[in-house]
Amino acid sequence: MKELCLAIVLAPLAGAIAAGLFGRVLGRSLTHWVTILGVGAAFVMSCMVFNDIVINGMAAQNFTLYQWLQSGGVDFKVGFLIDPLTVTMMVVVTFVSWMVHIYTIGYMHDDPGYQRFFSYISLFTFAMLMLVMSNNFLQLFFGWEAVGLVSYLLIGFWFKRDTAIYANLKAFLVNRVGDFGFLLGIAAVLMYFGSLDYAEVFAKAPTLADATINVWGSQQWSLMTFTCLCLFVGAMGKSAQVPLHVWLPDSMEGPTPISALIHAATMVTAGIFMVSRMSPLFELSTTALSVVMLIGATTAFFMGLLGLVQNDIKRVVAYSTLSQLGYMTVALGASAYAAAIFHLFTHAFFKALLFLAAGSVIIGMHHDQDMRNMGGLRRHMPITWLTCLIGSLALIGFPGTAGFFSKDIIIEAVKASTTPGAGIAYWACLIGVFITALYSFRLVFLVFHGKERMDHHTREHLHESPAVVWVPLVALAGPSLAAGVLGAGSMVFGDYFGTAIAVAADHDVIGGLASHWHGVIPFITHGMLQPPFFLAMSGVVVAWFLYLKRPEIPGRIAAAFAPLHALLLDKYGFDRFNDWFFAGGARRTGSGLWRWGDVAVIDGGMVNGSARLVGWLSGVMRQVQSGYLYHYAFAMILGLLALLGVFVHHLFV
Amino acid sequence: MLALADFLIVGAILFCLSVAGIFINRKNIIVLLMCVELMLLAVNLNFVAFSHFNQDISGQVFVFFILTVAAAESAIGLAILVVLFRNRSSINVDDISAMRG
Repeated sequence: MKELCLAIVLAPLAGAIAAGLFGRVLGRSLTHWVTILGVGAAFVMSCMVFNDIVINGMAAQNFTLYQWLQSGGVDFKVGFLIDPLTVTMMVVVTFVSWMVHIYTIGYMHDDPGYQRFFSYISLFTFAMLMLVMSNNFLQLFFGWEAVGLVSYLLIGFWFKRDTAIYANLKAFLVNRVGDFGFLLGIAAVLMYFGSLDYAEVFAKAPTLADATINVWGSQQWSLMTFTCLCLFVGAMGKSAQVPLHVWLPDSMEGPTPISALIHAATMVTAGIFMVSRMSPLFELSTTALSVVMLIGATTAFFMGLLGLVQNDIKRVVAYSTLSQLGYMTVALGASAYAAAIFHLFTHAFFKALLFLAAGSVIIGMHHDQDMRNMGGLRRHMPITWLTCLIGSLALIGFPGTAGFFSKDIIIEAVKASTTPGAGIAYWACLIGVFITALYSFRLVFLVFHGKERMDHHTREHLHESPAVVWVPLVALAGPSLAAGVLGAGSMVFGDYFGTAIAVAADHDVIGGLASHWHGVIPFITHGMLQPPFFLAMSGVVVAWFLYLKRPEIPGRIAAAFAPLHALLLDKYGFDRFNDWFFAGGARRTGSGLWRWGDVAVIDGGMVNGSARLVGWLSGVMRQVQSGYLYHYAFAMILGLLALLGVFVHHLFV
Repeated sequence: MLALADFLIVGAILFCLSVAGIFINRKNIIVLLMCVELMLLAVNLNFVAFSHFNQDISGQVFVFFILTVAAAESAIGLAILVVLFRNRSSINVDDISAMRG
């Protein structure tokens, strides 16, 4: 088991090193073969581990591979914790990554950075596996930062584009904010638990449930709430929750395979995974759960709305990712960790599918991403259309698809939750379903149906993408349809996660729902009578009416609600505020410090000032140096008189 | 009989005269040198007076040394003066301010 796990991690790393350092020697086709084989091997081996742990019911494995260092009684180790939660993530990560590797052959076909790209995505797979397989906070943080680094490199992959450089810098800086909180959380864990090992920390957590921490002044805060909120700030950065979500839409500057792999399916779900992993801690703080739920609900609802006004095909999908991440976060807040991970699992497939389908469309449109120039692509790209439709149906939760199960369970869980804020979150999620359907089918109708709005030249060259592009689409469409049917019963309601996820008895909404679970078919029939289904269907119908039947109406609605429309186009002003307050503020502070601190005080006052002072003093002094002998003699006489005076004074006093 | 104080007064007067000569004279460096000599003589007079009244011969021995050194010094001073005059064609004190800062 140990060797197998090590091999899973090292295979993509070996591919990354081979492609990165020897890509030029290997050439294009060998490079993609090496990396695809590495990640493919990792996927196969992950499946073997999955088989051992989940299907054969082997106990969770926790082992240390290497002790990095020991300092002050704290061990810093590299180790793996293999339990159902981990293997689920491993299989998802390696599978999606594998599909993206294959797809990349087609998408990046003409790109000069071909080998570099393969090296990066293999490195990402390695980093993400290190993150999910870790058995301690330190390695988690390593993986966390490593995926952030690769994300940065890949957003700025086309480094000659100004917008790409801006976007990757933005992603990096926003993630720094999140990582700062994350690091504080880890520091709090280390300080109070004296260990970074998951098993030790979780075992000790209940004894510290009522501990307090003195953060500011003399106020005593609950240790668990503080720690969990700090850790959650990290998750907010990585999983793009309001207000740290601003980097994700901009990250679409990266190549589309990356948007699918990193900014939809895997890396952005690291925060969700991390909170689930920390469930023994989060369960001890209702306040933290409440905050998690409200942040998630805000993201799910408001970011979905933004998807309605975007015209860039990738940005629509990006905002839908934000919204879906919000759903997962809401589930975390409702203590329905299993539901969150299940949604993560299904979302990874259908969102990767949607992104790759969008990429296929972009290839067909000669890298034009504006949906206003598309339309009627169904006839030219039937496979892309069908897979995109499947992805969209899964996204809106059409009965039977993967998204239907995961999203319905989340909404039911939130409804049943007693955590403060659950009422608001429930309504946000419910209305979110309608919005999801609306923007998803707006995309489908604008791109694949209706009039062909592209120019003549593009239309003539429209054709289905090559097999390396559509095979991954089909491969992802399968799980998008079937993952729910196969997974819902066992993964959420069964004893799938075992001890990997801890839920306090009074938060156990999934346990409550499980008693109503009677299999897949009753769940579907029941679901079809519930509000989410009607909302989703009405969203589709409204989208059909607005964008196919009467395409002139959306413009009129936008004009009628101009302020609201402007607000949405402005993305609620987050970017403007950040540019003005944080970026601008930092620049203003910097230029102020430069002008007043550096130029005025240090240069003007201390460096030039002391020189000027010496100059002025010597200017005064040189007046004395007249050069006339009698002046010197006079000075001598004066000195003599003074000394004599002192002498006489001493003589007589 | 002359008292010690009388000699000292004469010495002091000579010394003050020479100091005044140094300050007031703005024209001639030779006068300056003469004033320096006069200053030394005033001091010598004090030495001799003390030597006599204290019945100690070493004061007068000192005077010989000082006279010798003063003679050598005026010789060097005059030599410098000659060189200076050759260079600048002037021995005006006001013209000599090369040490000016």
